[in-house]
Amino acid sequence: MTFLGMPARNLVGEPFPVAARAALGDAQLRRNLAKATGTIRAKRASVVAELPDWAQLRASGAAIKDAVLADLDTYLLRFEAALVERGTTVHWARDADEAARVVTGLVKATGTAEVIKVKSMATAEIGLNDALADAGVRAVETDLAELIVQLGDDKPSHILVPAIHKGRAEIRDLFRREMPGVDPDLTDDPRALAEAARRYLRHKFTTVDVAVSGANFAVADSGALVVVESEGNGRMCLTLPRTLVSVVGIEKLVPTWQDLEVFLQLLPRSSTGERMNPYTSVWTGPAEGQTSHVVLVDNGRTATLSDPAGRAALRCIRCSACLNSCPVYERTGGHAYGSVYPGPIGAVLSPQLTGVRHNQTLPFASSLCGVCYDVCPVAIDIPSMLVHLREKVVDVRAANAESAAMRAVAWAMSDSGRWSRLLRAGRLGRALGRRRDRIGRLPPPLSAWTDTRDLPRPPQQTFRDWWESR
Amino acid sequence: MRVALFVTCLVDGLFPEVGKATVALLERLGHEVVVPGGQTCCGQMHVNTGYARQALPVIRNHVEAFADADVVVTPSGSCAGSIRHQHADVARSHGQARLADAADRVAKRTYELSEFLVDVLGVTDVGAYFPHRVTYHPTCHSLRVLRVGDRPLRLLRAVRGIDLVELPAADTCCGFGGTFAIKNADTSAAMLADKMSAVLTTGARVLTAGDSSCLMHIGGGLSRLRAGVRPLHLSQVLAGTADHPAEVASR
Amino acid sequence: MSTARSEILARITAALGHRPPAPPVPRDYRRSGSLGPGDVERFADRLRDYRAVVHFTSAAGLADTIAEALRRRGARHVVAAPGVPTAWAPDAIRSGVDSAALEGTDAVITACHVAIAETGTIVLDHDAPDQGIRALTLLPDYHLVVVRRQQVVAGVPDAVTALAGVRTQTWISGPSATSDIELERVEGVHGPRTLEVVVTR
Repeated sequence: MTFLGMPARNLVGEPFPVAARAALGDAQLRRNLAKATGTIRAKRASVVAELPDWAQLRASGAAIKDAVLADLDTYLLRFEAALVERGTTVHWARDADEAARVVTGLVKATGTAEVIKVKSMATAEIGLNDALADAGVRAVETDLAELIVQLGDDKPSHILVPAIHKGRAEIRDLFRREMPGVDPDLTDDPRALAEAARRYLRHKFTTVDVAVSGANFAVADSGALVVVESEGNGRMCLTLPRTLVSVVGIEKLVPTWQDLEVFLQLLPRSSTGERMNPYTSVWTGPAEGQTSHVVLVDNGRTATLSDPAGRAALRCIRCSACLNSCPVYERTGGHAYGSVYPGPIGAVLSPQLTGVRHNQTLPFASSLCGVCYDVCPVAIDIPSMLVHLREKVVDVRAANAESAAMRAVAWAMSDSGRWSRLLRAGRLGRALGRRRDRIGRLPPPLSAWTDTRDLPRPPQQTFRDWWESR
Repeated sequence: MRVALFVTCLVDGLFPEVGKATVALLERLGHEVVVPGGQTCCGQMHVNTGYARQALPVIRNHVEAFADADVVVTPSGSCAGSIRHQHADVARSHGQARLADAADRVAKRTYELSEFLVDVLGVTDVGAYFPHRVTYHPTCHSLRVLRVGDRPLRLLRAVRGIDLVELPAADTCCGFGGTFAIKNADTSAAMLADKMSAVLTTGARVLTAGDSSCLMHIGGGLSRLRAGVRPLHLSQVLAGTADHPAEVASR
Repeated sequence: MSTARSEILARITAALGHRPPAPPVPRDYRRSGSLGPGDVERFADRLRDYRAVVHFTSAAGLADTIAEALRRRGARHVVAAPGVPTAWAPDAIRSGVDSAALEGTDAVITACHVAIAETGTIVLDHDAPDQGIRALTLLPDYHLVVVRRQQVVAGVPDAVTALAGVRTQTWISGPSATSDIELERVEGVHGPRTLEVVVTR
């Protein structure tokens, strides 16, 4: 089975404008998002401003990732050898289904009926929880936000804070309804909610014997894996179970341990707006008495690598700064993107992982305002990449009214004589909007503009005619 | 100085007053303005909508129209951004190396209006008089593609009689985004609604910016609300003098 | 050799094409800093920002400071990493701890490998006897860690250098916390909810 031609179901959803429309109608969602992203933006800005060498760290982070991508096979083989030498079993998976199958097989082999999970984008991408459920294994999410999503049979809407779309009162109601053994008088104080999750998960941590994790970084020369987290659920999952399966995208590598001096500064400040996240775990091979597996996942990453103008998306360290800063994301939320990777990075990553043919609206889900590029800690030029992917979408799409109009306008604009005549013809538009001297209603597709905005009535004289008559 | 004006397609066809104000301002400062007749559009709409290949002849036309100009000034951050940061790349990625080189040469001599005034002419006080309450929206491409920073604000602060009020969340996009406003009209409208609320909290009579496109968007929304706030391009505010005051009454 | 492995490697070869060398990595950020005056105090301030409890003491006063902290805490079942000097905590349980026993423990005492002033971070080396296996500092709800003044470094690059070759590490910056509800930080989820740090002068 090959990846191409098979859109990954966790990376594609409804067309963005359709999904966005539904999300925009949810006033509670917009309030939750505005509050949460506003908070995190301010925190990020203040801790980033503290570092006098942020720009240098950013340039270095980008270059380290580019160096890995430029020799990805070399680094992967080095990483594999280091893992094997220290007693970890390495598996490779071409696509989501293969990755899910490998992990499910490893889990089933232990005989467990339950696994505990550290929050991981890679496992969300490969649809692991569903695959495990199909095999009769229950996956218990241990990150608070993932737990909220799982209890609500909901979908993540943010890379870092999957339940960002939920307010505290909604979470309280959900816990009261779905969390076994919860205090029926639970309040919506975030402290109380966190305590409820602590009690619920404590037993799982000490009894479930198999854990599945992702990794934030994988060090090629030593085989070290790094998980960056806040709550301690990651430490629990990595430490207590006897079997640990880590699902790692092939782009997660850094060449050497020393390179982490850059990323352990860039990531926490960009993601949660902290100088450092509460807990970072580093492990090199299994602990005594532990069995460890690493599953290296392609799932469209090599296809992304093959486009020199798109491959920088693989630098992404999943910090979420672009989501938190994006005016589109702030208003639509993550579900509208239909992919486990929402927001600006999702709009460039998802279509490349699936192939743009299967994901045609995401590259257009941006006003190209450029904030995402400014805040990206590894300097991914998302706006330029979006423009590049839009061109690829137009290339794979059949000709339509839009492409015909674009061609016609381009033809007129390539010659000033033709353009002048077209502008003069535009004065016919003066027949419209005479009463208020502005145009209020136009037929589709221009109604998309005039539903909420007036258009100016064309002037009697264009600028060029005025200039010539002057 | 002899200044070639790239007036932009939008100003040419829909907002000629912006072009006239730019001419008046530059001439008042003692410079000769020429308007190369071959000009049409920078091609940004095509490039940003995925039609870069179709934009190539438009870019070529622009490069040829301004090939002989010593300095090109345009009253648009977005168009200046496209000329400086897209033209050569688009040409190069479509195998047109010579066009790319020519585009680079034009790009190096192209300035957005506030950059030209502050950086090239070295003036912040252009002798303007504008006795109204004004708020300024720094458009995304001026801010984050051209990095004009506070140049427009420095120009505005020097205007006599002006009551310049800060726009809350000024650096947030207004939701225009070219064809984004049509393709993702609902999201665009939601962003616009927040931008309009911010404008209305200032109590300003005039909203100004360095891009007619964003002003068309915000102004179109304000006009629909009959909010009584007049969108005016930065050049129109700066062109106002005691003898020739800018017209502020809503049409 | 698995087919998936060879196929992914072949895809990479094809994707990279003629493979131009990657440009050199710029390293002009602050690679190492010397600890300046006030840096240890800054370390303490950063820790307090995370709502950790911080004390300064002399080497001679260490045992008293620890005993006082444990008394304030009301901790009765105390464990220490096996290599922690008996002078620090004479009555602590020292070995044979399993996770069930740790569950019932009130407090754990360890040393650390390195600490970072700029970020308020303490790093444990779990192969070092005075820092103990990972579960030791995870299950008890209270972690008291002793930082010797000379272990404090200025920034993250200094710590990364000091940690080269350390196989199993935990970086700790304050007590367990979450920002998952409305992105508001709440201390105390699964890891120790109280972090108390004693810095020797």
